[in-house]
Amino acid sequence: MGTTVTHAPAMEGLSQDSEPRHGPVKPARPAALKRRRRRENLAGYLFMSPWIAGFLLLTAGPMVASLYFAFTDYNLFDAPKWIGFGNFSEMFGDPRWRHSVQVTLWYVAVGTPLKLLAALGVALLLAQSRRGQAFYRAAFYAPSLIGASVSIAIVWKAIFSDDAIVDRTQKLFGVDVGGWTGDPDMIIYSLVALTVWQFGAPMVIFLAGLKQVPRELYEAAEVDGAGKMRRFWNITLPMISPVLFFNVLLETIHSFQIFSSAYIVGGGAGGNACGPADGSMVYTCYLYVQGFENSRMGLASAMAWMLLVAVALVTAVLFWSQKRWVHYEEGAR
Amino acid sequence: MSAQATDIKPAAGAGALRRRLPGSLAWHIGSLLILAVILYPVIWVVGGSFKKSADIVGSLDLFPGDPVIANYTSLADGIADISISTFFFNSLFLAVGSVIGIVVSCSLTAYAFAKIRFAGRNLLFTLMIGTLLLPYHVLLIPQYVLFRNMELINTYTPLLLGKYLATEAFFVFLMVQFMRNMPKELDEAARLDGCGHLRIYWSIVLPLSRPALITSAIFTFINSWNDFMGPLIYLNEPDKYTVSLGLKMFVDQEGLANYGGMIAMSLVALLPVLAFFLAFQRYLIDGMATSGLKG
Repeated sequence: MGTTVTHAPAMEGLSQDSEPRHGPVKPARPAALKRRRRRENLAGYLFMSPWIAGFLLLTAGPMVASLYFAFTDYNLFDAPKWIGFGNFSEMFGDPRWRHSVQVTLWYVAVGTPLKLLAALGVALLLAQSRRGQAFYRAAFYAPSLIGASVSIAIVWKAIFSDDAIVDRTQKLFGVDVGGWTGDPDMIIYSLVALTVWQFGAPMVIFLAGLKQVPRELYEAAEVDGAGKMRRFWNITLPMISPVLFFNVLLETIHSFQIFSSAYIVGGGAGGNACGPADGSMVYTCYLYVQGFENSRMGLASAMAWMLLVAVALVTAVLFWSQKRWVHYEEGAR
Repeated sequence: MSAQATDIKPAAGAGALRRRLPGSLAWHIGSLLILAVILYPVIWVVGGSFKKSADIVGSLDLFPGDPVIANYTSLADGIADISISTFFFNSLFLAVGSVIGIVVSCSLTAYAFAKIRFAGRNLLFTLMIGTLLLPYHVLLIPQYVLFRNMELINTYTPLLLGKYLATEAFFVFLMVQFMRNMPKELDEAARLDGCGHLRIYWSIVLPLSRPALITSAIFTFINSWNDFMGPLIYLNEPDKYTVSLGLKMFVDQEGLANYGGMIAMSLVALLPVLAFFLAFQRYLIDGMATSGLKG
């Protein structure tokens, strides 16, 4: 896509109607104008009709239903029975639920920063050279496309099991903890490794951001005798902060929702749906177990709403914090 | 695209050249090291698929000294008496169906957002962006209940309907950004000539949106191919399973007995995605890069 890219990131330019009105060229009479506007409204809603139907049927409606289910006891076969906050008090009192929260928070808190650091680090490295950049960029991006597949989860389970490459390598360094996927305490780190392996997607966005930093800034700083670190902290980082914000937001929200890899690396189905001793029992795994294996649809809906609240809180905090560290350039192209 | 930012140092004279040479060597060594880590799992699965089952996990050799093709021939028996090609056909059907749905419904919606001035547009746009950040899991259970009440469990409708109703906000957003950057003069001129919106959409905006449409189509194909949770919830007869579910069934039923077959099947399941990536990586990466940047 050869169009010009502006500095403003997606999240800033959300409001519409910034363009000046470009109405009819000839002065129209009020009646004609009204008719024209009605026609535009009709056309707008006709074009939008698939989306509107989808929004009502598959998003808004289900959200209302889910909120209702959250306060009921519902097993799919009998009508939902109102139980007030029963699901929520059961949830908070359930050690397995608290464990899944802990595992998920740990996964998000360790995996997301590591992934973004890797993405930024490699983007900075690649940005230094033009030769070979396109090749490496494409190769590093590939894991982001296949990382979510069942195939890679199977591969992951194998290379992190006893006596496989990771185990042998760590033994060379005198670490003898065995394979990670069989160990309740270590399996979550194999999932962290899997998400870090997929650093390519945020890296591509970082690289695009780095290309936008005006070269004159670096030249001026170099003339002023600013060292590499100074230039990074005072020029690069502020200039790419909108992109950094975008990546932090998306990656954090995504990591809260990890499911497939945890479910498959962990073993899936049956007694230990997610890892030995619930080691990879991330939040959505437990949600799946409660909803679809135990037919506790009400409880699972309550869990889903807690996840929504958590994600909304994180999003709100990030948006609130952005005025402290995200620099939007005035009058960007 | 504007000029590269950090790559060009004011290089002039032999001194600068001498200083740059080791730097560029270090750059290539660093990049190659990362490349090795990135590619290891993929090469591992290729090599492993030609090893005997017993050697796959324990052996550190990437490629076996005596390659066997037994793993691949064992796939001819299918999984649980169902031919592998059934799973492939099912996945292909869903992926192609999804691509058609996304391209049609998202481009119509994006056209309305980008090119038609109608009452309530800003509100709807905000709602659309809101769904972009909404965790899918909130909708999981009520959607399941909905489709169950409509007796659509174990059909492909739950997996496809949303694609035809533009519920993938990311692609709508991508296309809106693209259409907004088109020169306005084109469709304004067409309007003055008396063209209706349908005509402008079909003969002007859609052809010009090709890059965004291709990016969306490829991402949709790959996402649909990789999707695991949707089929896991909605499909319960093995002959309707997708490749992901078939593979999972392989793991559960024969994974220990035929480990090599499972590894070979993992690779075969990845091939379409890898092929798409090799053929279209430019569109994917540019689409990804612009999604985060355009205002």
